[in-house]
Amino acid sequence: MAGVDRRTVFKGAGGAAALGLSAVALRYGFNTPDQKQDPSTLVAKDRSAQDKTLVFSNWPEYIDEDDGKYVSTLTQFERETGISVRYTPDVNDNNEFFAKVKNQLGSGTSSKRDLFALTDWMAARMIQVGWIQKLDAAKVPNLHANIIDSLKSPAWDPKRQYSAPWQSGLTGIAYNKAKVGEIKSFEELLTRKDLKGRISLLTEMRDTMGFLVMIGGGDPENFSDDEWQAAIDLLKKTRSDGQVRSFSGNEYVQDLASGNILACEAWSGDIANAGDENLVWVPPEEGIMIWADNMLVPNLATHQDNAEKWINYYYEPEVAAKLAAYNSYICPVKGAQAAMEKVDPDQVDNELIFPTDKTLSQTHRFMALDEATMRTYEGDYADVTGA
Amino acid sequence: MTSTAGVPPVSTDDTTAAKPRGRKLTGYWLILPGAVWLLLFFVIPFYSLVASSLFDPKGSVLTGYEMTWHVGNYVDAFNQYKGQLGRSLLYAGLATLTCLVVGYVLAYAIAFKAGRWKNLMLVLVIAPFFTSFLLRTLSWKLILADDGWVVGVAQAIHLTDVLNIIGLTTTDDRLLATPFAVIAGLTYNFLPFMVLPLYASLEKVDIRLIEAAGDLYASPMRGFFKVTFPLSLPGVVAGTLLTFIPAAGDYVNAQLLGSTNTKMIGNSIQSLFTTQGDYATAGALSVILMVIIVAAVMAYVRTAGTEELV
Repeated sequence: MAGVDRRTVFKGAGGAAALGLSAVALRYGFNTPDQKQDPSTLVAKDRSAQDKTLVFSNWPEYIDEDDGKYVSTLTQFERETGISVRYTPDVNDNNEFFAKVKNQLGSGTSSKRDLFALTDWMAARMIQVGWIQKLDAAKVPNLHANIIDSLKSPAWDPKRQYSAPWQSGLTGIAYNKAKVGEIKSFEELLTRKDLKGRISLLTEMRDTMGFLVMIGGGDPENFSDDEWQAAIDLLKKTRSDGQVRSFSGNEYVQDLASGNILACEAWSGDIANAGDENLVWVPPEEGIMIWADNMLVPNLATHQDNAEKWINYYYEPEVAAKLAAYNSYICPVKGAQAAMEKVDPDQVDNELIFPTDKTLSQTHRFMALDEATMRTYEGDYADVTGA
Repeated sequence: MTSTAGVPPVSTDDTTAAKPRGRKLTGYWLILPGAVWLLLFFVIPFYSLVASSLFDPKGSVLTGYEMTWHVGNYVDAFNQYKGQLGRSLLYAGLATLTCLVVGYVLAYAIAFKAGRWKNLMLVLVIAPFFTSFLLRTLSWKLILADDGWVVGVAQAIHLTDVLNIIGLTTTDDRLLATPFAVIAGLTYNFLPFMVLPLYASLEKVDIRLIEAAGDLYASPMRGFFKVTFPLSLPGVVAGTLLTFIPAAGDYVNAQLLGSTNTKMIGNSIQSLFTTQGDYATAGALSVILMVIIVAAVMAYVRTAGTEELV
């Protein structure tokens, strides 16, 4: 080994070893596993009887609260059953919550929750990969007896074996009537000159694209790739024309009230809860997108029995009416309208809580997507919303 | 800005072989906490990021990702997002420049002219940190609102027309949802990071040197550029780095104050990672951003030649 001293050899060997180790670590250390599970093998021993608790994760500001003499539906449930409920409003966003529980549910361990509420498409996704436990139909008779027809059999859970809607809602158009004339259709929203740069659309791909597919004459529940492409092109054009100011989540309500935007795509309950009489929500002529947030029992939940008691309780018409009177979202329970007479007579004819059959006949859902299509569509949508 | 993590493990006081064993290892024990911290919060996440950037893009969050040395991710990510990359660097650069001009004046005033108000002014520079970053950015939405008086005044003095001509806004009737609002937001949010290092180096400047420049018939202007500014260079370099690096990766300002046409690279990475679940592209894009910034910073520090910094 002429000209090469021992030190250099050691250094070289050390470097090579470090490189090799790094390569091995990179190759095998960070792969993500297949997250599919078999729910029938992931049933925890039910501790409901000895441990009277229930852990429920829900969206913020989605349940009535005790206020002076008013007893909330949750407190009433605790009194009637003796179960203490750990209600956490920690679902802010479907994707975010998915990320929160992915590592546990994907690896077949407990998410430490007995129940959570997610929007249709995410509920469908979780059921599809086997993260959700079947409900015992005998323990939730109210659910099957009282659920309204329009929510009875979604394509992803036709018999409601896995899920129970908490609340449902409509996506349509809202405008500020103090600043702009009536808007009737979604197409108007996207083309009217006086709205240029003063509208916002929702970041939720399924809501917005549902409308764009409908404008092109397609059916959001069953459309082709060509129809999707046409809808994306239309959105792209609308955006490059400068019609759309932003794509937003819930924050559009403030922008609408302050006049930064004149009109927008909006969720019914948000506008009802805003308490600003200038803000009007209208169903677009093309049709309305409907969605629901669904209660789901995850794998290895230890208090499924209590969760089923909870679901059954919220499908009692009177309880449902109380909750709906607070939330102003669509009540998923039959008979709640009659019960509302006693709870809050002013709300009996509130179409946002009890939409008429005519309104419901115009509603559409977004079709279920497999993982690969979902990624393509979300990618197409993100390219337009954030180019 | 100095690195002391690599203290030599061998002490230099005596070299006899009879040294107790424990003492020889003291150095290693001392760097242990730092090394563990670096390993946990830098090395492992960094490896994880690099591994994600080489994932097979055919995987998905639910079916799992496998690392297959798929270098093509970099090409795809760069081609698809070069617009946002360029925009991020441009916005961050403009914001840094504005911060430098505004921050220098402010730091100069605090260091040399503030007198007994010095401490108060420094506290005021830091005061915004008592409120959340998010809330402060959101308040700009109210201030710059379309129907607000700021837009009215800007229109009256034709500022909006000027901005429109140089392309910082797109219409003459609003400031929000334009590149101007995003750059202004970045400037506002990162200004303290510019002011503090500038102040620290201006504070150290020996007044007598400036006086000497005057005694030697340098005009105040000449004195500033020949004496004060060169002496404050370490602060300028530190301030621009502390502003530019986080500004280039920021996505909150573009999200809240911008529009669909002002998205920065941070927004793209966030959306790829959370809503699209495309870890491969998100990882590749993050590495690209990191490489660009490290290269730019190295070139910059080398040109600026401030050895005291590194």
